[in-house]
Amino acid sequence: MAHVENALAAPAVLQEVKPTSLPRPALVGHHRSFSWISDKICGIVEGETPAWWWWCFTIACLIACFTVGGITYVVATGVGVWGHRTPVNWSWPIVNFVFWIGIGHAGTLISAILCLLRQKWRTSINRSAEAMTIFAVVCAGIFPVFHVGRVWYAWFLFPLPNYNYIWPQFRSPLEWDVFAVSTYGTVSVLFWYVGMIPDLALLRDRFARAGRLMRARIYGLFALGWRGSARAWSNYEMAYLILAGIATPLVLSVHTIVSFDFAVSLIPGWHTTIFPPYFVAGAIFSGFGMVLTLMLPLRAIYHLEDLITQYHIDCMCKITLATGTMVGYAYAMEFFIAWYSANPYEGFTFINRAFGPYAWAYWIMISCNVVTPQFFWFKAVRQNTTLVWILSLFVNLGMWFERFVIICTSLTRDFLPSSWGYLSPTVVDIFTFFGTFGVFSVLFLLFIRFLPLMAMAEIKGVTPQADPHEGPGHGHPAAAPHA
Amino acid sequence: MAATPYGLIATFETPAEIYAAAKQVRDAGYQHWDCITPCPIHGLDQAMGLQRSIVPRFSLTGGITGFCTGMSMIFYMNGFDYQLTVGGKPFFSPLFAFPVSYELTILFTAFATIGGMFFVNGLGKLYHPVLKYEHIVRGLDDRFFVVIEARDPRFHAGHTRALLERAGGREITELED
Repeated sequence: MAHVENALAAPAVLQEVKPTSLPRPALVGHHRSFSWISDKICGIVEGETPAWWWWCFTIACLIACFTVGGITYVVATGVGVWGHRTPVNWSWPIVNFVFWIGIGHAGTLISAILCLLRQKWRTSINRSAEAMTIFAVVCAGIFPVFHVGRVWYAWFLFPLPNYNYIWPQFRSPLEWDVFAVSTYGTVSVLFWYVGMIPDLALLRDRFARAGRLMRARIYGLFALGWRGSARAWSNYEMAYLILAGIATPLVLSVHTIVSFDFAVSLIPGWHTTIFPPYFVAGAIFSGFGMVLTLMLPLRAIYHLEDLITQYHIDCMCKITLATGTMVGYAYAMEFFIAWYSANPYEGFTFINRAFGPYAWAYWIMISCNVVTPQFFWFKAVRQNTTLVWILSLFVNLGMWFERFVIICTSLTRDFLPSSWGYLSPTVVDIFTFFGTFGVFSVLFLLFIRFLPLMAMAEIKGVTPQADPHEGPGHGHPAAAPHA
Repeated sequence: MAATPYGLIATFETPAEIYAAAKQVRDAGYQHWDCITPCPIHGLDQAMGLQRSIVPRFSLTGGITGFCTGMSMIFYMNGFDYQLTVGGKPFFSPLFAFPVSYELTILFTAFATIGGMFFVNGLGKLYHPVLKYEHIVRGLDDRFFVVIEARDPRFHAGHTRALLERAGGREITELED
């Protein structure tokens, strides 16, 4: 924003060289007007609840019952009903925790990192991706909280005075994790809410105009009296930029700290410096997999093709490809370091991963995480939304197996062969994890029903007609007529 | 009871129109006035003559507070109040205290930034005379308004209306407080 008046005066040399304008794909198809965008997104909230929504909601609630039932059983009986036994003393719960936290990372990446990089295509997907982040953190949080065993003591994790007069032990990466994840959850909610205020204000006024005063009051309460003032926008944009600026190191730190849970230990296969960047790349990879899994059906159901265009899908596929390839590189590099370090334990761990009793899981991981994204090199694949959706499911599956492989192969084969074992989950493990997809879906369905699922103000801001300097030499020569 | 006038509101159709109008109102020397736009308009801050936002000051304060809170909390708890011997490690070191302090820096910065933005924008105040304007919903949807407040020393019902008309404003309406 600064020095914009100076920037408006194009350098004289541009008149002589007449640069070719870069072909930029339209971010909103068919030159849709501002009011079309408002009607489209608000219409979803204002309209009748569709029948498919009730069906999905009912099914999601039923699936969520598996988590409720599993957790109730665990609390009533004890964590022994889960399948972990010595030497694997944390298994599915930590796998599920890392899996869900990783999913959340794409939301913050889209809303924060792509905001700093001025990737305007983020505007169509950031709201729902941030919602996905929050709901994924909720699902992730269930596992460590109940894994402590006596869940009513979970508050001991926080530095609160208790009757034992003992404080948390801050040398433990698990304690760092408590702070990382709770900060991540809180900042994600704040970021999501702040981004939503202008859209809630629009909904408030639309409901008021339609005479639905109860709804107008509820949305109005959360819109905090927003009225689109340019003075307020100036502060708002600054605050949003700062939030993006702090959420970026936050998202990188969260999965770094999650990886410290492993990397700070001395277990072969965990004790590596590659873990933080490798976990972050994997998290973004899995998160984009989930964004594609969620957004493609939404796009089809609500006919959002003009807002989530082929260009958006292309961009998401390319990020999935890039991060998937990084993850593949990390897998290869782990093997290389295991050999290069000449450490027999490290070498054994990796040979055991690929050819030991968990080889099946390892090769599922490799085929889903390294091979699947390579299809996104091809334009024909990226343009086939059904195929993209199916591939995104494989990405989700593969990333769950990645965490499973890391945790179980290392723990079942530690230094003493006498303590070797094989982990088999119990039905409680499986049901509890299965149910979290229901919990996630319930929350996501409520979100798309009651909140604006796209950031309308931000989408309007990136359309050519929002540019006051439209015309030759000022950015968008093909500005659409304002409808 | 006769309502006191709050000011005049004028409607504009496009960002380019309100951009030009904002420059005119700024150059006419008004202080208490505002633009209502559905999305941030690039360069409108400068056209209105706004200063750089002060929100970063809140953020910096929050960040420093967060970092100091983290470090001093960990020093107090693990290094002073109840020393736990674990693995022969030091009772306090800024290295192991760093991850938690780092997260608290971000957490406090986020709260300070948002709290500061709410404070300077007066968010949370649900009533505002502009919100009573019958077409306000268009201002959040697809229209652009300029509001000049009656408390501005240069405000004059006739002259201000003429200025808004010259700037291309339509449907110039008086707002009540």
